[in-house]
Amino acid sequence: MKISEQWLRQWVSPKMTTQELADCLTMAGLEVGGIEPAAPSLDKVVVGRIGAIEPHPDADRLRVCEVDVGQAAPLQIVCGASNARLHMLAPVAMVGAMLPNGARIGKTKLRGVTSVGMLCAATELGLEEHSSGLMDLGAHAKPGMSIRTCLKLDDNIIDVDLTPNRGDCLSIAGVARELSALTQVRVKPPKMPVVIASIRLKQKIVVKAKQACPRYVGRVIQGVDSQAVTPLWMQERLRRGGQRCIHPVVDVLNYVMLEIGQPMHAFDLAKIKGGIVVRHAKAAEHLTLLDGSETKLNTGALLIADDNGPLALAGIMGGSDSAVNEHSKDIFLESAHFAPQAIAGRAREMGLQTESSYRFERGVDAALQALAIERATQLLLEIVGGNAGPVSDIRDRPSLPKRSVIKLNHNHVQRVLGIELSAKTIKQLLTRLGMGVVKSANGWRVTSPSHRFDISRPCDLIEEIARVHGYSEIPSALPRTAMEIQPQSETKMESSRIINLLVDRDYQEVITYSFVDRELESLIEPQAEQLALANPISHDMAVMRSTLWTGLLQALSYNLNRQHRRVRLFEAGRVFSRHNGKYLEGQMIAGLISGSRRVEQWSVEDIKADFYDIKGDVEALIGLSGAGSQYSFSAAPHPALHPGQSVSILDPLGANIGKLGCLHPNLAEKLDLPLGVCLFELDFEALQWRHIPSARPLSRFPVIRRDLSVTVEQGLAVQPLLDAATQAAGAVLTKLELFDLYQGKGIDSKRKSLTFGLTLQDSSRTLRDEDVDAVMDTVLAALQTKFGAQLRE
Amino acid sequence: MALELDSVLEQVMGELADAKDLTSLEALRVKLLGKKGVLTAQLQQLGKLPPEQRPAAGQQINQAKKKFQDALEGRRSQLESSALEQKLAAQGLDVTLPGRNGQTGGLHPITRTLRRLESLFTHMGFKVADGPEIEDDFHNFEALNIPPDHPARAMHDTFYLPDGHLLRTHTSPVQVRFMQTHEPPFQIIAPGRVYRCDSDVTHTPMFHQIEGLVVGEDVSFAQLKGVIIDFLEKFFESELKVRFRPSFFPFTEPSAEVDISCVMCSGKGCRICSRTGWLEVLGCGMVHPNVFRHCGIDGDKYSAFAFGLGVERLTMLRYGVDDLRLFFENDLQFLKQFK
Repeated sequence: MKISEQWLRQWVSPKMTTQELADCLTMAGLEVGGIEPAAPSLDKVVVGRIGAIEPHPDADRLRVCEVDVGQAAPLQIVCGASNARLHMLAPVAMVGAMLPNGARIGKTKLRGVTSVGMLCAATELGLEEHSSGLMDLGAHAKPGMSIRTCLKLDDNIIDVDLTPNRGDCLSIAGVARELSALTQVRVKPPKMPVVIASIRLKQKIVVKAKQACPRYVGRVIQGVDSQAVTPLWMQERLRRGGQRCIHPVVDVLNYVMLEIGQPMHAFDLAKIKGGIVVRHAKAAEHLTLLDGSETKLNTGALLIADDNGPLALAGIMGGSDSAVNEHSKDIFLESAHFAPQAIAGRAREMGLQTESSYRFERGVDAALQALAIERATQLLLEIVGGNAGPVSDIRDRPSLPKRSVIKLNHNHVQRVLGIELSAKTIKQLLTRLGMGVVKSANGWRVTSPSHRFDISRPCDLIEEIARVHGYSEIPSALPRTAMEIQPQSETKMESSRIINLLVDRDYQEVITYSFVDRELESLIEPQAEQLALANPISHDMAVMRSTLWTGLLQALSYNLNRQHRRVRLFEAGRVFSRHNGKYLEGQMIAGLISGSRRVEQWSVEDIKADFYDIKGDVEALIGLSGAGSQYSFSAAPHPALHPGQSVSILDPLGANIGKLGCLHPNLAEKLDLPLGVCLFELDFEALQWRHIPSARPLSRFPVIRRDLSVTVEQGLAVQPLLDAATQAAGAVLTKLELFDLYQGKGIDSKRKSLTFGLTLQDSSRTLRDEDVDAVMDTVLAALQTKFGAQLRE
Repeated sequence: MALELDSVLEQVMGELADAKDLTSLEALRVKLLGKKGVLTAQLQQLGKLPPEQRPAAGQQINQAKKKFQDALEGRRSQLESSALEQKLAAQGLDVTLPGRNGQTGGLHPITRTLRRLESLFTHMGFKVADGPEIEDDFHNFEALNIPPDHPARAMHDTFYLPDGHLLRTHTSPVQVRFMQTHEPPFQIIAPGRVYRCDSDVTHTPMFHQIEGLVVGEDVSFAQLKGVIIDFLEKFFESELKVRFRPSFFPFTEPSAEVDISCVMCSGKGCRICSRTGWLEVLGCGMVHPNVFRHCGIDGDKYSAFAFGLGVERLTMLRYGVDDLRLFFENDLQFLKQFK
């Protein structure tokens, strides 16, 4: 909310600089978001009076004016504004003036006619964003007076960011009240006398929606002058409060809203058919709003209607048909209290946020309506004239907000805040806020003023006490807690251990969005049910990811497009799915490699990373469990992976904990990615499982190493051979490695050669040659019979 | 004979000093100590001397032998080490060439900050708690004292799923879930991703928060201040000015927003702090009685404070990142600046 400092200081003016005042508000929870001068410097811009006006001899749209600027001789100024007229008072930028847009005014010739200075529009002075024609300074300004003095521009606009609970501060009066409580300087509000009715005319009003509208105050004013001009001082205050000038009647109502916080509405009395009814909308009702939009009203929306139907959306926006316009003569003023629940959410639902709905949904003081209508009447009679009718004030007492009496316990206050505060101090702090404070056992009974409808519980009062006392006055202390060791299961590895391993193996972590592109997701996981957002922010962030690969592939693509040729990425995060109507969130870790196996380097051969590189990384990950050899890899197709280079990873119990492989060439082509991208994705929690070691005694007998070379058919998988060899060798085998794989010259073209290294050791004796030979024979025999292996000489 | 011995020794010692390699050393050893060597011959002739002369002569020969052997060994090790030196010199490398496979990856800066935050708080005695990212209205709003039409909902532009579930807009639902299932006293933090339907220069639709909650008897606002100030000073590793400003959150009362003196300009006023000298870093307050009621905590017995901080914000301040969006673009040029 923007407020004029000048205006605020008319109500309450503590001896503080602007900055001190702003800090005072900020530290009390009325955060000042900015302070701006009310106008640019506008040096050498003065009031001018057009003393003569003649057509330009050489241009249809220009006129030549003689302008009195308080000097001995008038200035000749060429002007293009259509509203320029004889005797008009308007701002003149004199020669040498610098306008806010940076233009320097000089003596010039326009189509051959000399022009000394410039007659200005409000936009040109930086006072309005939009305006048409010259700024009309009314009838009372004195030529030659500086525009700053004329418009009282020595002011600051203070922008206060109010929290939703402080609807009571959405006005000059509200902020003044708060400032007074904080500084203990009294508020001096302007006089707001009751206007005695001079006519008898009344508008019939029926309030059907009593809960939504517990109070409705109305009054007719007859014979207003809709052609009247809103006085400059009011225009300026409205401008500084962020309001545009629309119509003198509307301007007055907006002014009163800014001044005391009550939103009001004016109807053209001639357009009201029969009685005013405050009711909820029925099915299929329509209303054309002030902004010209035709709205189908939701059933239940709160309306102001007449015999013909809806006139206005209560508390949000008026209808265009019944609005005051330049021809309106008789008007009906509405000053109502709408319950926040009746307005809250409605405006947003319809995409309408107005000054009025903003205030009503935060709450407006239910004691304000009559005062507001009197204040508006007073100003209207001054500005647009007319005769005021009697005030109708319809109240439904049971529906009006109650002023609750809150029991406040002295100890409770001190316990929650953690400080000692004397009873006297607490009482004084509350009283400053306008609370009624009555002593009772162990504390007080507190009644809040009607404008503090946000206060209903002891904690509300405790906050007020802390706020006015000052948060900075509360010392800081550290909590006392019992020393207790938190349980830490050793079978669950720290997640950082796993992530660090990938980092150490040259993977860069990324964080990608949890919502992804629908099509990309379905290319990668075509079978997964897609969890679409009802209101996605864009089509490429529309469905919850079911795999981390979607984001990783996008990140890869992004970086490949930026000339990174070797990319190794991983992400740890959640994937989403639904099972039997319940949402499941799986914590996953996934990685991807593309490009060279190693960083380009003078001594390293440039080889492309492949399936076995990423498999090695996954082996390292599962190896952290201390039981890596008990995991297995089993060929398993996946829609996103190359059918021959794709596996599932099974934990020691045989449960599937993830997948790895090379990106399917078709998918690579669709995504415009290079061939040979390899990926893995593992269940993070499964990966965190760790084996607790149980130490074996060391054997003191010699270790013997033997190698065995066999050839087998090329298509045969190696793992079963390793398993068979392990089984055949029995307990004396301590290590088995495949250290050579060869195809080519010297080998049958349909076969491959495998060389195993067997490390043998017995725990109770020294192995003799014949023992070792027997083991090797058994292993060879097993490989021969099961796999048709042939010993390679 | 003694004279003869001395002159031989002198001559051999000279040759020893001149010997250029191990072969010449060996030749000299043979010349003196070999089967037909000079000293060997002398020893053999010892028996021919009269018995009374033998001890003195024997001693003399042995001394000469020892002297020679010492010199021989000395020279041998000299030659050996210079041979080694030459060999090693030939094996010299260009030590300025880059090493092999020295590359490691890196953590995302958000993870780096999260780890630091978790470490600071767990060392203070906080436990890490967790909750779902797809939440229901009750845990995300209702239980936190944000009823359906509350204006505060406008501050949370919420992503919804078609069945009314939503993506959590803050990590606060974790405190609800934890309070519902645990008996006080406890102190937890809940780090994680949160989502809001907002995307511009200063907003991303996903970001990270850490929620903190301390529940116990006599937990006070003064303690809240103590914990927050302690945390901020330890996180930024400097003595900061910290101020608590009254604010509003539906789930806490009293509520506060916390500002620190700008870490970029030490409070003098710069672009980062919009020339105010202050940076807003977190929101906090005393847990509202309505939240206690929804979570089944006895508000007469216990009190609690809670705080929520933006991980991206702290990361930006700590590492001087000036554009929030960089965190989720995943440009390696950006990410590789962090380890």
